[in-house]
Amino acid sequence: MEKPFAITLDVGSSLANKTGSWRVERPVYVDRLPPCNDACPAGEDVQGWLYHAESGDYEQAWHQLVRDNPFPAVMGRVCYHPCETVCNRAQLDEAVGINAVERFLGDQAIEQGWSFEPAQSSSGGRVLVVGAGPAGLSTAYHLRRLGHSVVIYEAGDLPGGMMRFGIPKYRLPRDVLDAEIKRICALGVEMRLNHKVTDLPATMRDEGFEAVFLAVGAQLAKRAYLPAGDSAHILDAISLLHSMEGTSPPRLGRRVVVYGGGDTAMDAARTARRLGATDAVIVYRRTRERMPAHDVEVEEATDEGVLMKWLSTITEVNEGQIQIEQMVLDETGFPQPTGRFEKLDADCVVLALGEESDLSLLTGMDDVEIADGVVQVGPDLMTGHPGLFAGGDVVPAERTATNAIGNGKRAARTIDAWLRGETLREPDRHELAAFEHLNTWYYADAPKTERPRLEFARRTSTFDEVVGGLDETNALFEARRCMSCGNCFECDNCFGVCPDNAVTKLGPGKRYEFDYDYCKGCGICVVECPCGAIVMEPERV
Amino acid sequence: MLSQLEGSRAVAAAVACCRPQVVCAYPITPQTHIVEGIGAMVKSRQLKHCRFINVESEFAAMSVAIGASATGARAYTATASQGLLFMIEAVYNAAGLGLPVVMTLANRAIGAPINIWNDHSDAMAVRDSGWVMLFAEDNQTAADLHVQAFRLAEEMSLPVMVCVDGYVLTHATERVDVPTQEQVDAFLPPYKPRQVLDPADPVSIGAMVGPEAFTEVRYLAHAKQLQALERIDEVAREFAEGFGRHSGGLVSTYRVEDAEVVVIALGSVLGTIKDATDELRDQGARVGVVGITSFRPFPLDALHEAIGDARKVVVVERAFSAGFGGVLSTDVGLAISDAKARLSTVVAGLGGRAVTEAGLISVVEDALADRLEVLRFLDLDKDVVDRELARMAGTRRSGPSAENVLRDLGTVASRAL
Amino acid sequence: MSNAEGTPAVSTTQPVKFYQVGSFAVGNRLVDPSLRTVQADAARTNTITSGHRACQGCGEALGARYVLDAAMRATEGKLVAVNATGCLEVFTTPYPETSWQLPWLHSLFGNAASVATGVAAALEIQGRDDIRVIAQAGDGGTVDIGFGCLSGMFERNDDVLFVCYDNEAYMNTGVQRSGATPPAARTATTEAVGSEPGNPFDQGKDLPRLAMAHGIRYVATATVADLHDLEAKVERAMDFRGARYLHLLVPCPLGWSSAPEDTIRIARLAKESGLFPVYEAVDGEVTAASAIRKLVPVEEYLRLQGRFRHLFDSSGAVARTDMVARLQQLADANIERFGLLQPEVT
Repeated sequence: MEKPFAITLDVGSSLANKTGSWRVERPVYVDRLPPCNDACPAGEDVQGWLYHAESGDYEQAWHQLVRDNPFPAVMGRVCYHPCETVCNRAQLDEAVGINAVERFLGDQAIEQGWSFEPAQSSSGGRVLVVGAGPAGLSTAYHLRRLGHSVVIYEAGDLPGGMMRFGIPKYRLPRDVLDAEIKRICALGVEMRLNHKVTDLPATMRDEGFEAVFLAVGAQLAKRAYLPAGDSAHILDAISLLHSMEGTSPPRLGRRVVVYGGGDTAMDAARTARRLGATDAVIVYRRTRERMPAHDVEVEEATDEGVLMKWLSTITEVNEGQIQIEQMVLDETGFPQPTGRFEKLDADCVVLALGEESDLSLLTGMDDVEIADGVVQVGPDLMTGHPGLFAGGDVVPAERTATNAIGNGKRAARTIDAWLRGETLREPDRHELAAFEHLNTWYYADAPKTERPRLEFARRTSTFDEVVGGLDETNALFEARRCMSCGNCFECDNCFGVCPDNAVTKLGPGKRYEFDYDYCKGCGICVVECPCGAIVMEPERV
Repeated sequence: MLSQLEGSRAVAAAVACCRPQVVCAYPITPQTHIVEGIGAMVKSRQLKHCRFINVESEFAAMSVAIGASATGARAYTATASQGLLFMIEAVYNAAGLGLPVVMTLANRAIGAPINIWNDHSDAMAVRDSGWVMLFAEDNQTAADLHVQAFRLAEEMSLPVMVCVDGYVLTHATERVDVPTQEQVDAFLPPYKPRQVLDPADPVSIGAMVGPEAFTEVRYLAHAKQLQALERIDEVAREFAEGFGRHSGGLVSTYRVEDAEVVVIALGSVLGTIKDATDELRDQGARVGVVGITSFRPFPLDALHEAIGDARKVVVVERAFSAGFGGVLSTDVGLAISDAKARLSTVVAGLGGRAVTEAGLISVVEDALADRLEVLRFLDLDKDVVDRELARMAGTRRSGPSAENVLRDLGTVASRAL
Repeated sequence: MSNAEGTPAVSTTQPVKFYQVGSFAVGNRLVDPSLRTVQADAARTNTITSGHRACQGCGEALGARYVLDAAMRATEGKLVAVNATGCLEVFTTPYPETSWQLPWLHSLFGNAASVATGVAAALEIQGRDDIRVIAQAGDGGTVDIGFGCLSGMFERNDDVLFVCYDNEAYMNTGVQRSGATPPAARTATTEAVGSEPGNPFDQGKDLPRLAMAHGIRYVATATVADLHDLEAKVERAMDFRGARYLHLLVPCPLGWSSAPEDTIRIARLAKESGLFPVYEAVDGEVTAASAIRKLVPVEEYLRLQGRFRHLFDSSGAVARTDMVARLQQLADANIERFGLLQPEVT
């Protein structure tokens, strides 16, 4: 075609005009730290595995998850999900059911028989883990994956620690627990049951371990002095729950009083109900707001008919009856006796006043500092004794399985570094993906899916699991409620909203890049990015 | 084919033979019969493969033609006077874009005051627009020039306007040899656009051009018009071969060989001028006539040659530039090389006033006797204008003088001032 | 979470019909490609390509690409565009550069509709009317200087889709008032001074309703904030033959004195406040309206734009409550007339 000079122009000649020179600031893709990732005591990449779960790549999601936490099926039942507490979606409608999806993935893995990726080749380091509870098992798992040779010495006859002996079956079925522990051992972790370590220094010296992780937990019930008659039936919650693993359940009688306000107290009371108690009463010296038990535990207990007696202390225990004194909180929130007493019928009293660790195996180790009954450690979880690390309930920390598992991962990494003569370098912490960074317009209205619950009548008569799991459709739905805070999930918004076509789409899984030749720095991409994964930086002059 | 028909119908028939593909027009006296004729032919399917569009204004008419032409369709429209001014933005636009639209301009006076009769003020308003402007002397030329116009326009990528005096030609019934379809098909090939809107080869037409290139673009438009100067004569010659008669070209001459006075004009008034010339020649006066067919591009060389050694040049024009003088005369003045040659402008026939043989004869006689002033308004009623001028000097009231003049002439009933 | 009466809380199976971002984002890796927008496609036409001279954050550049890419997809690339004089034309074709990738013609300011009529007529007469015609102009070239030609095109029912990019003033000439400028808005010819600052109330033309009054086949309004809706309307428009009209709200950071990054946000608020109703009409009757998702008071929309600054005090609170109330009335009237708070039937 003959084109008249200047009147008629060829297609696309504007590309010669590099409008990028107009900019004073430029957009940059970032990965911000999702609050769920930040809050998870086990350091899971929650957003990361939800990303895979959303597309139905459950196995890939599971692999991503277990890179940090080998117990998803357990977690999906017992974790208190601090991730959900900080989930940004809660500020939109309701938090994403992360816990429910984690459980779904864990259950799928068991059902489908998925295995861990094989461990790295052996490095020769030999590490001892004392205790096969969540902390110990987690450490062993991570160390094994890093290529070390690991041995667990467990004093009890079954592995699992408080997961088995502290959490009742109706919260955590034993077949689920067994499956996940078995999978860890299948990686090549050696475990010796009924093998109590009594003299740790000797063991360390004689058996040639290069490092030790102490994970003995806190399994001794704290005692309180209670005036009691000879026939008074008093036992501690730990023993009660422990004995539930045996073949013959204990007989508690029809009216059971549980003394204490923590999660263990709730478990004891609910167990009592299932053992036939018509009345299970929690006696607690302070109020509901002050009791350390998690809300979900209290609610489930209340649903099952467990009663609560606040601001009460037990002053006397006799056969068939106890005496309680009413308390009142002073200005500092500390309970004070009022001098008013009450009698309460009770066939037995279960003490749930906290747990302590058996630290006798550390005798003689002067460089190990013990304070308030727990072992003091540095941020690398190493005690004062070089090569001796500790974690879980035995160190100062929140006493949850998740936290213990998190300790395990951390310890494995610091031990791994220590064995190589290096210090663990922390990766840079990304900026937190706050709710303000999101453009929530783009998230469709989607209320949270509730997990099914067992009917009330069945709950109190059996040890069947109370809370069910989500089926696949619901799990997928729930996973897709995740807003992927701070991490690109390829919604194509930036690619679509740029008035200057200055975003290049790189392909599935490869996200995008900015064409700085043409980007004018208007910032629409930043505002319209649903998950806040773009920031503006001043242009370099 | 010989026919006795109204000028408009002859033009319509000629245009129809040119196989226009998009015809659009807005009614305005005195062109309306042309497009009505074409419209009827389209509706009766006598003219096939043509879209006839009734547009809502002349501005739309030229715009539709622009769009159609840019898409590769042969486009045609017609207008006059006020309508031309209404579309003037688009007229310039078509030329600037180099689109070969053909338009009939049925010359009519421009108001105020509103006047529906013939003069050339409308054509003069667009003389710088970049269109080729051809003036028809009679109905035969009017028909023939349209056929040549399409050919010229499409070869040069220039729009062409054929000026046909309103009423005088458009509404006059004369004998015309109407071109036949076969003759036109042999002469005018299908339109092959130079630039066209086509998804298969996309281009952007109508870019904004800044100071750095605008002069060059405009120069090229000028250069193209100069090329057209040559082509116009060639096309006329080729037309003569195909149709057996001479029509068009740049200029036409009549009895100029030894002329002392040459009278120059555009359009149908040339007929009367030739009659007057014959009369004067009979009396022994050495008078000649030059008719300018191609007003734009202006045929300086051809005109210069036609004028020859004549010492007096009288330009009879149906338009003028208020406060200055002739329009055509100024252009003609450039063609006169002999400094001793005297140029006079005779403004005649404004607003459809008849130009009489007697009036022309007296003008030429005055020219021969050196009595003709530089600017004369032919047949001016001096009494009326003197009275009005005196009135204007007396009172300071503003208002259209037309009403006052009409009152004087008795056309409008008096009202106490 | 728990149910006090002891009846089971059964989890209902919810159909997984939407994804993380539902139907609002440009695309999504989880959405079937056929449900994503044209813009999500890496192979989209980019009918206006990079290098054009629009301001940062220009809503019109974005809107035009949205419309034309969708139209190119709907017509399989058989499309011709006619453009009026204005920002869109000026920033895309400064000699020697053009950013257009389709056949494109610019003639004058007021004649886009007529030129398009000519193009459509030529295509039809050449037997090539599989090639479709789009005419585009700003609000000035549509409602004011272009109105005569537009009305003529409508009443003849010429086969042209006319798209008006409405940034509510003559922007290219320096932000002067047009017949589409909303009340109270500051422009260079309706300055924010005097007792009634900004553009007067009770003026202006509602072009979409004027288009409907012509009885043309299809009329729709849309904004750059809802891409799915806009593309669907362009596609639907291309299903019709005859005169069609699309009125697209495109914020202008320069003329509206808004932040460049807020362009889409502002368009969204225009709809969510009710000030800009989004709807469709077929053969002169409204057939569907896009419901407001999260109703906001008009001041939320106004506050982001400096052209309404005079309605607020320095702390950001509404100062001219009278004028804002009148604007709210206009919004409420739209909500009432078009039923914008009714849930949509999907």
